[in-house]
Amino acid sequence: MKKLNYPFSPEAVRELKVGDMVLITGKLFTGRDAVHKYIHDGNKPPVDLKNQIIYHCGPVTMKDKNGKWTVTAAGPTTSIREEPYQWEVIRDYGIVGVIGKGGMGQKTLDACKEHGCVYFHAIGGAAQVLAEKIKSVDGLYLEEFGLPEAIWELSVEEFPVVVTMDAHGNSLHKEVEASSKEILKTVM
Amino acid sequence: MTKKVAAKKVAKKVSPKKLDSKQQTIESLIELIRITSTVVPNDVFKTIEAAAKNEVKNTTADYAMGIIKQNIDLAKYKSQPLCQDTGTVIFYIYHPPGFHQTPFKELIKKSVTLATKKGYLRQNSVNSLTGENAGTNLGEGHPSIHFYEHKSKEVEVKLVLKGGGCENVSAQYSLPDTGLSAGRDLDGVRKVIIDAIHKAQGKGCGPGALGVCIGGDRADSAYYAKKQLLRKLDDKNPHKDLAALEKDIVETCNKLGIGPMGFGGKTTLLSCKATHANRVPASFFVSISYMCWAFRRQGVVLNKNFAIKKWLY
Ligand code: SF4
Repeated sequence: MKKLNYPFSPEAVRELKVGDMVLITGKLFTGRDAVHKYIHDGNKPPVDLKNQIIYHCGPVTMKDKNGKWTVTAAGPTTSIREEPYQWEVIRDYGIVGVIGKGGMGQKTLDACKEHGCVYFHAIGGAAQVLAEKIKSVDGLYLEEFGLPEAIWELSVEEFPVVVTMDAHGNSLHKEVEASSKEILKTVM
Repeated sequence: MTKKVAAKKVAKKVSPKKLDSKQQTIESLIELIRITSTVVPNDVFKTIEAAAKNEVKNTTADYAMGIIKQNIDLAKYKSQPLCQDTGTVIFYIYHPPGFHQTPFKELIKKSVTLATKKGYLRQNSVNSLTGENAGTNLGEGHPSIHFYEHKSKEVEVKLVLKGGGCENVSAQYSLPDTGLSAGRDLDGVRKVIIDAIHKAQGKGCGPGALGVCIGGDRADSAYYAKKQLLRKLDDKNPHKDLAALEKDIVETCNKLGIGPMGFGGKTTLLSCKATHANRVPASFFVSISYMCWAFRRQGVVLNKNFAIKKWLY
């Protein structure tokens, strides 16, 4: 088990390799379809994303009587939908990590290598375990996109993920796809 | 398991005796929705536990299965949805002759709305034309409700919550499939099912469980495939050939090495349940309904006052 602690940096994530099980402690920004499209359309993100991690997640959130937000469910959403945009966000705004599920494609993998970024796979459907790791909600941006689509600034402690695309051009998704394809030929 | 039993007993105790039958029905249905959304059925739990034990220690597969198990425990303990996608809400109702379906449908809708307010279901139903989400989980075709008449005097209600990610990797093939060299026989059926599992890798939150229908027209085939998800994972298909196919599919798919979440590993598939339906000579469809590890299915038998008499899974 490895640990990645805030503040994050391209150097720190370059140390990580495909297959590493990592516990992330620090800050995450959620961002999914609407946010990526917004940035792609030429709008500047409302927060400085340099050396930050983006989490593909539409959390279920609740506001208490004092106006304080808590996250009650926070599993990852499918990342491949952001494939057309992710590489640009990595290049232009300097994010060093992307968390989601299902992996991403070649453009993102290339951008990870060039700029020093990794793709972390969270456990799909583990909404309760992951929500427990969120210690506070520190900000809410682009609320007009609707709560699941907004940017949530979250503090997390030991948030469990697996590196499935590293900053050295390796992708576990590609590897498993290739090896399972070989086996597929023998069993069909 | 003790927790689940305890939770149900507590819920039973607080229900006051003097509820009228409508209120009692709503209360029973909300409790059915709560348990379905927050607790995996026993047979699924046992299968997941066995799969978790089977993975090699300290691998990413072992890690994924460990978190899945933690999530199952935590959701039950907190009485919160297992996954934030609480899926398409599908009811299967078995009732005696003379039962009135229309008023029961209304009570189901009320219960779904209330369960959404209580947070057991996410606001998860979107108008396909306007994109509008009414926030109630009601709308054209939602919830999905199927009625069947049976001989018993009791009403049985089964519920499946079918997530979107796993629905997206569900598939329908038309045989023959030349690309896969899959002909119109059981071997062809086998090939397309394995192909669907290979394509689903990394998506749909595996390890998954399958419902399969061989034959039928496009609509019935998909419907019967999904209905196979009502079967307990540890049951045995009375049809010899289908039982053999089910076993073969699970064993073969688990050789692919796709593993939990597609990380690589031993468990790619938890189970496969198959049925068949007649077809016209011109078509041969095979439908595959893929259910994620967050397999949400429950059922209850209601007594004559519509209180929960028995849990089915
Ligand atoms: S596929 Fe299942 S576990 Fe995964 S996000 Fe959808 S409902 Fe949740």
